Amino acid sequence: MNTSHSWTRITYAEDIPLREGRAVEIDGREIALFNLGDRFLALENRCPHRGGPLADGIISGCTVVCPLHAWKVDLEEGFVFKPERACVATYPVRIDDGIISIQVRECERGNAPLMPAECTSGGVALATESVAG
Amino acid sequence: MERLVLIGNGMAGIGCLEQILRHQRKFAITVFGDEPHVNYNRILLSSVLAGEKCADDIVMNDLEWYRRHGITLRVGVRIISIDKENRTVTGDDGSVTPFDKLIIATGSTPLIPPIEGTQRDGVFVFRTLDDTRSLLERSGVGVKAAVIGGGLLGLEAARGLQVQGCDVTVIHLMPNLMERQLDSTGSALLRSQMERMGVNVLLSRSTTGILGNGRVEGVGFEDGSSIDADLVVIAAGIRPNAQLARDAGLQVNRGIVVDDWMETSHPGIYAVGECTEHRGICYGLVAPLLEQGKALAAAITGNVVPGFESAVPASKLKIMGVEVFSAGSWDEGAIGGEAIRFEDPALGLYRKLVIRQNRLAGFILVGDTSDSARYLDMLRSQRDLTDTRRHLLFPPPAQDDGLAVAEMPESHTVCGCMGVSKGAILEAIRENGVCTLAQLKDVTRASTGCGSCTDTCRALLKAAAPEFAEETARVLCSCVPFPQEQIREMVRSQKLRSVQDVLDIYGNGVGCEICKPALSYIVDVVWCGDHEEDRSARFINDRVHANIQKDGTFSVVPRMRGGVTSPDELRRIADVAEKYNVRMVKVTGSQRLDLLGVKKADLPKIWADLGMPSGQAYTKGVRMVKTCVGTDFCRFGVQDSTSAGIELERRLENLYTPHKVKMGAVGCPRNCAEATVKDIGLVGQEGSWQLVVGGAAGKKVRKADVLTTVETTDEALEAACLFFQYYREQANYLERTYDFVERVGIEKVRRDTIYASEEARHGLLDRLAKAKALSSDPWLERNQPRTRTQFVQILPMEMVTQ
Repeated sequence: MNTSHSWTRITYAEDIPLREGRAVEIDGREIALFNLGDRFLALENRCPHRGGPLADGIISGCTVVCPLHAWKVDLEEGFVFKPERACVATYPVRIDDGIISIQVRECERGNAPLMPAECTSGGVALATESVAG
Repeated sequence: MERLVLIGNGMAGIGCLEQILRHQRKFAITVFGDEPHVNYNRILLSSVLAGEKCADDIVMNDLEWYRRHGITLRVGVRIISIDKENRTVTGDDGSVTPFDKLIIATGSTPLIPPIEGTQRDGVFVFRTLDDTRSLLERSGVGVKAAVIGGGLLGLEAARGLQVQGCDVTVIHLMPNLMERQLDSTGSALLRSQMERMGVNVLLSRSTTGILGNGRVEGVGFEDGSSIDADLVVIAAGIRPNAQLARDAGLQVNRGIVVDDWMETSHPGIYAVGECTEHRGICYGLVAPLLEQGKALAAAITGNVVPGFESAVPASKLKIMGVEVFSAGSWDEGAIGGEAIRFEDPALGLYRKLVIRQNRLAGFILVGDTSDSARYLDMLRSQRDLTDTRRHLLFPPPAQDDGLAVAEMPESHTVCGCMGVSKGAILEAIRENGVCTLAQLKDVTRASTGCGSCTDTCRALLKAAAPEFAEETARVLCSCVPFPQEQIREMVRSQKLRSVQDVLDIYGNGVGCEICKPALSYIVDVVWCGDHEEDRSARFINDRVHANIQKDGTFSVVPRMRGGVTSPDELRRIADVAEKYNVRMVKVTGSQRLDLLGVKKADLPKIWADLGMPSGQAYTKGVRMVKTCVGTDFCRFGVQDSTSAGIELERRLENLYTPHKVKMGAVGCPRNCAEATVKDIGLVGQEGSWQLVVGGAAGKKVRKADVLTTVETTDEALEAACLFFQYYREQANYLERTYDFVERVGIEKVRRDTIYASEEARHGLLDRLAKAKALSSDPWLERNQPRTRTQFVQILPMEMVTQ
């Protein structure tokens, strides 16, 4: 079991192509890892809308667009821009000698400043029933 | 008939001649030009260098024009002397030509600064069509080019060379680019835009010499530093060509001195254009020169009109994506005025209006010059701005589209380059039945100069021409705020081969899920597949060549050309379905089989086991050709639709299109495979094929239009290919054929495809063939993935606890 200080070595930095994401499974948790060119960011690989795989989305600046219904999720903070208020868990990332590590803490919370009340303890916001474009 | 001789075959001289021809008085006209060309638009040479236009595009008066007006044209002859007493001119070919009236329009020559080595091979100026051609010959990928001079011409030359692949450095003596047109804010913004495009900028550098041994090798500076260069362009200003007049004994200061009617110190000898000096000013921009021409034309033909007084200095930088417009006195400190400013560095926008005594004294626009005509009008009319001051920077939204042009007085000059007023345009619409921009250009010459008045011309046409059809010009998205047609042109002319290049140069550098796939398509189609494919800009379906489903799994549809399969293929499909626990096997509406619920990591293995090519059911591309059993088995079939459909699918498969393309081929008009509601359909008839396009049976139901009827299958396939490539090149991304055909009109589609010139048809087919040759079955990426992790889910290396 992870402690609050454990880092998991994932893969070589060059395995995540520029401006793309890749999914990685750690302890049954699926995490999406993104290469923004100047840094790598990680968040839960599950769109708060209908659970779409965020790792497969198109990156637009510092957001990823879910491939299923185009929800936009901020890669730094994990919050959804529109159409609904929601958030996903984010994870610290670091690079040592070209190898990407992710820190998975206990009881992840989405650290979205906009609507923390809506975040569940699992880090996944409640999906609403509205249908997004 | 009086003999009129014009020395100089350029824009000012010929512009003046055009005005003279409008008056009654007749002359026997002879024109001498030392350049071996007819009159061309010198302003657009930078567009030729940048590859946006070719030499033929910028011809303003073709030989036919000279012939029609009975003008004797002597190109390649330089006049070496004027005898003002005996009224003759002598050419460098020895010819002596007498005149009654003479117009000198010798223009100007580039100023060569007194530095070492300007005679070296590889040093150019940028003034004539021949200079441009020489530059084009010497430029190329990896060539190091140095441009001395960071003014209008230098920057346009720099950008042109950079588009040709050169590694360009602009060297400027002053601390600001275009310091005569821009303040330091505008100049800094311009600099960063130029640098963003990849042009290096060196400011406050005094060039002391051009280095090299015979051939140019570099440029040296006063501070002892130097840079490497394979070619050098000197764009350090111009000097009026006044020597001829000086030698003839006419009064010359910096330029040939003229009065308000452009007459020189000697009666009957006139001068116009950049070679002149009027009230102490030498003009170098086209609009005032054409105004001079009008005054001269009236005077020389014996009409009494007000003379040329002075002109508001206005200049425009013509670099696609880096718009700069500057006019009047824009330095508020120098004139005791007040400045109104707006600045958005991220978008590269800057505008400054300088007001003095409630009147516009000058303005600067960087990034967006669409309001230049409005401000220029305020500047010229000097009207009081007290009431409108609140809306000077951003006008309130117009209640109706025609308001802006309705408010414009008839005398308002719409096209500053050619001096065409609103009244003249309205007259052309009423009297000549003008209803398109092309016709307007032809009749009035409006918008044939720098082109900045095109929007106003279009608005006038829209307001007044009964049959004007508005071209749709919706921008792609806010990341790249240009209509797709313009983006295609930018990609082509600026030689952009990747999505990120387009975003960096013409967009916000970031892009989004709307524009990235669209730009991916545009870059692909413009370069016929010979581009830098950036998978990160593609939707996930096009990264892994399968259709993402609601649960994140994928569906797999192998290609079954014409909907024809075999027991062996069916067996493999069944085996795959069992082996990979495919959750559903579905017969699709497109006569194919769909394997649903496949994990991404299994995709390459499934493709290998299937041994069939991708059916591309996941992309904006060629889907399939649905067929009926045609003549092989059907009692009614009159054409072999099965073979024709399979062949059509073979010819077009693996290509991207603006939106999905579904096709059909039927062997008789009973239409069993529904070809008449497909994007492209072949409908067999007794002895012929009907080729139909733009059908739909989706969100919208639309019967396809008949493109043509042909006798042979080969002709039918060729017609289908012509339409297919035309749609690829002309439609907007995400525009289905049925919307495209309705927008463009089937008549125009026919004109541009089956009825087009042989050259145009070959062009379409050649580009299609090129794209096809570079395409391949995307499922082959199972053997050579684009990246090691294209399909795999990454497994963590190890856990480390600190």
